Amino acid sequence: MQIICNGQRRELEEDTSLAMMLGILNLDPNTVVAEVNKKIIERDQYEDLRLRDGDRVELIRFVGGG
Amino acid sequence: MLIVNERPVPFREGMRMGDLVDEIKPQADVLLLNGMVVGRDALLQDGDICSLIHTGEIPSALEMENALEARHSPEVQEKLRKATVGIMGLGGLGSAAAVSLVKVGVGRLILADHDVVVLSNIHRQHYFIDQIGLRKTRALKETLVHINPFVAVETREVKLDSRLIREIFGRVDVLLECFDNPAMKAVALRTVLNHMPGIGYVGTSGLAGCASGNTILTRKIKPGIYIVGDDESDVRTSGSLLAPRVGIAAHHQANQAVRLLLGMDEP
Repeated sequence: MQIICNGQRRELEEDTSLAMMLGILNLDPNTVVAEVNKKIIERDQYEDLRLRDGDRVELIRFVGGG
Repeated sequence: MLIVNERPVPFREGMRMGDLVDEIKPQADVLLLNGMVVGRDALLQDGDICSLIHTGEIPSALEMENALEARHSPEVQEKLRKATVGIMGLGGLGSAAAVSLVKVGVGRLILADHDVVVLSNIHRQHYFIDQIGLRKTRALKETLVHINPFVAVETREVKLDSRLIREIFGRVDVLLECFDNPAMKAVALRTVLNHMPGIGYVGTSGLAGCASGNTILTRKIKPGIYIVGDDESDVRTSGSLLAPRVGIAAHHQANQAVRLLLGMDEP
């Protein structure tokens, strides 16, 4: 299946969860704010949320320092 | 017309500085005429700007407000004076942003942090060596009140989480995310986007090290929601946090807060 992540098309296996996709991108899920089809996803749903073909995902990743 | 201590005063031919002192502020011991130190016998001219200072005296609330209004305009100052800004985390970002916002005349600040000032904070955070060991909330409030005793500074000594962010900052106009920890930065943005509609928000990501200051940007994520930083300079990989670059980011945050308070929803 194909999704659009931060404006770029990306091929993913069927049934990939949001957490799995972040793993593929080598991102720590705790440091990412994820929006799927205009909905901000709560952190405790990252493992359960299955992405579907055509989903639009926006990720904001945070790095440390303040 | 003269301007004396930020207020207009009628000019009379032959007036001297000493006349102003006698009429307006007899206890004044430092006299400035157009920025230069002068004595009582200095002759005044129409249009001169005069300051009559009693060394060590704390100005009144009205005098401070007049000074801010003279520089920022009454319209701008009224909006800033009525505003509340929340600051989450009082490290290099939060302490510098708070100082800037008090200087510009924001009327009310709510500050939250659970840390104590330690020696390793001093190199980039707005604390003094005689404040080591104090809670950051208390230490920063002392400094802010030193800058403007008439600003309302509320402090919360808590370790913030999503619930506390909603409870403490639910009614602010603008909220600044000044955390060090990237997971907390994400928690804060999720909380605001999902549970705090309508508040202004300025978060941060990517400000470590000493790469070019010109790479630090303020980006608009959604209406009223901004992220400051270069998006990549991680404290784990870009070296330490250095006062100048953290300060650039902190002042981007403070500037965007002011812009939002004045109704400008663009970076």
